[in-house]
Amino acid sequence: MANARHRNARGQPLEAAAGNGLIDRRALLGRGMAFAGAMSAGIGPSSAAAGAEPLADDPWSMEVGDPMPLYQVPSKFETKVARTLSNPNHEPRNSHARTPHHLLEGTTTPNGLHFAINHAGVPTIDPEKHRLVIHGLVKRPLEFTLETLSRYPMISRVSFVECGGNSAPMFSPEPMQETVQALHGLASCAEWTGIKLSTLLEETGIDPGAKWFIAEGADSPRLSRSVPIKKALDDAMIALYQNGERIMPGNGYPMRLLLPGYEGNMNVKFLRRIKLVDQPAMSMYEARTYSQILPNGKAYRFYFLQEVKSFITSPSHGMMLKGPGLYEISGIAYSGTGRVEKVMVSADGGQSWAPAALQEPVLSKAFTRFRMPWRWDGGPATLQSRAWDEAGNVQPTRAEFVAARGELTKPAPVLSFPNQHYNSITSWGVGSNGEVKHVYG
Amino acid sequence: MFTARCAIFSAALLSAMMTDASLAETPNLGKPIDEAAIAAWDISILPDGTGLPKGSGTPAQGAVIYAEKCALCHGDNGKGGGPAAALVSDNVIAGISASQKTIKNFWPYSTTIFDFVRRAMPFQTPRSLTDDEVYALTAYILAENKLIGANEMMNAQTLPQVKMPNRENFIIRFPDRI
Repeated sequence: MANARHRNARGQPLEAAAGNGLIDRRALLGRGMAFAGAMSAGIGPSSAAAGAEPLADDPWSMEVGDPMPLYQVPSKFETKVARTLSNPNHEPRNSHARTPHHLLEGTTTPNGLHFAINHAGVPTIDPEKHRLVIHGLVKRPLEFTLETLSRYPMISRVSFVECGGNSAPMFSPEPMQETVQALHGLASCAEWTGIKLSTLLEETGIDPGAKWFIAEGADSPRLSRSVPIKKALDDAMIALYQNGERIMPGNGYPMRLLLPGYEGNMNVKFLRRIKLVDQPAMSMYEARTYSQILPNGKAYRFYFLQEVKSFITSPSHGMMLKGPGLYEISGIAYSGTGRVEKVMVSADGGQSWAPAALQEPVLSKAFTRFRMPWRWDGGPATLQSRAWDEAGNVQPTRAEFVAARGELTKPAPVLSFPNQHYNSITSWGVGSNGEVKHVYG
Repeated sequence: MFTARCAIFSAALLSAMMTDASLAETPNLGKPIDEAAIAAWDISILPDGTGLPKGSGTPAQGAVIYAEKCALCHGDNGKGGGPAAALVSDNVIAGISASQKTIKNFWPYSTTIFDFVRRAMPFQTPRSLTDDEVYALTAYILAENKLIGANEMMNAQTLPQVKMPNRENFIIRFPDRI
């Protein structure tokens, strides 16, 4: 039961939803005012406590500000909101940049913070010279420029993109003491605008023998992946814009393949060529890199799907809670199968659960923000989230996941990809001192 | 009454058909590209050997090229130790770590070696090798891994025939998505 301090504006106690302080989500939705009232009554500053010091104007209120920039960047006080880099000295290997989920809110990843993996640096592509060729098992092979593609009917859709190796540190047998950025930062969400691949294939025609298409990038390793033709006729698109502006260089400028819900590496960037074929190419990235070794020694091939997943972004590892009181648990859920149907949250390591509020609109194959009010009583807590998608898929517990997919015998370096397609529950342990750490719950 | 309803229905049907027709119309701005021009673009190789170019190479020829252009990153004789992965190893997979994967114990198709070397290697100067050189390097890597004989020549006919030990060891994760 909520104690006397946690009452809404009408003096009624906030309704407990599950153990260890979880409060009914309706405190956020239908009774927002009541929740605000409870917060100010509980841990908010007391107006009576303010001293009698006169209010002085700050310098920025006393002078003319800076000139407007052509292209604005965040406040200089926000420079810590940045990606982390796996290869800052640009050594001859691939480079990853991870999204700082713990410093962001909502569902849209700002373009400068969208995750990226590039296998040989970021190419500088002249959009005037870039071409897209579609050939192979088609009736009319065609070549497109960026300018001609810009004349085609476009669609916009919000879609997450997630690296198949995102969350890979969680294959370790012990919880790695890393932030949500290090653990889950290889997933981001943006509004992508471009042309449906099926629109272009209407013009080239499709030979009935075509079962796959090979997509190839214009980067120096000519990264190449095979994709079933089914996806081309479903929701595959050639994306030209990212959150309303041209795609960022590291995310595939001037055009990329977007395969909503499918493994990031298949969403080939710098797209230059699509070849329709009767069999997969068995490119290195599908035959080796993105095939996953299983505990029985066999390996999964053509995993494709980024399965239903969620994680709490706040509070999360590395944060410090400043004393007992009301907090909002906030996190991200998504599924490569479709919409997120519900997210359950636990504050007691999975002993009891309550449904979180889902921020509307809940879009298919896109980040969904979930929120849950929580009264921390100052004792130990283990925060978890678990998502369900509209197809009925449920995010596995870690025990279920490890039983099916195995775990490493010893921790692997946090930036390595010891295995892929990890989607089980993430647990954050809150200590009595308020310190939040990654734990296995 | 009947006639009026019928007319409204017909108009609705016609309008629906026109909408469908206008949806199907596309700008048709793609420039036709002929086979000769496509050849310069197309570097795809399929596991059955489709796309493999003319040319050939032997392990001995490959050894010379390897020492000059590959050893710096992949180590002497492909044994690793540099910034890039080992190419020659007798490691047996134990556990689920991807770091266990080698060409010999994991790669299902020999054509993948040719394809990747030709499109992406050497890292700093991709597509600087001739097709003969790529065949020779592929032959060298396969021979050092004892997947072909020490004097076996690789070309468009022989390469797809190489039996890779792990080929039958894969499970398609979601067959209904293919």
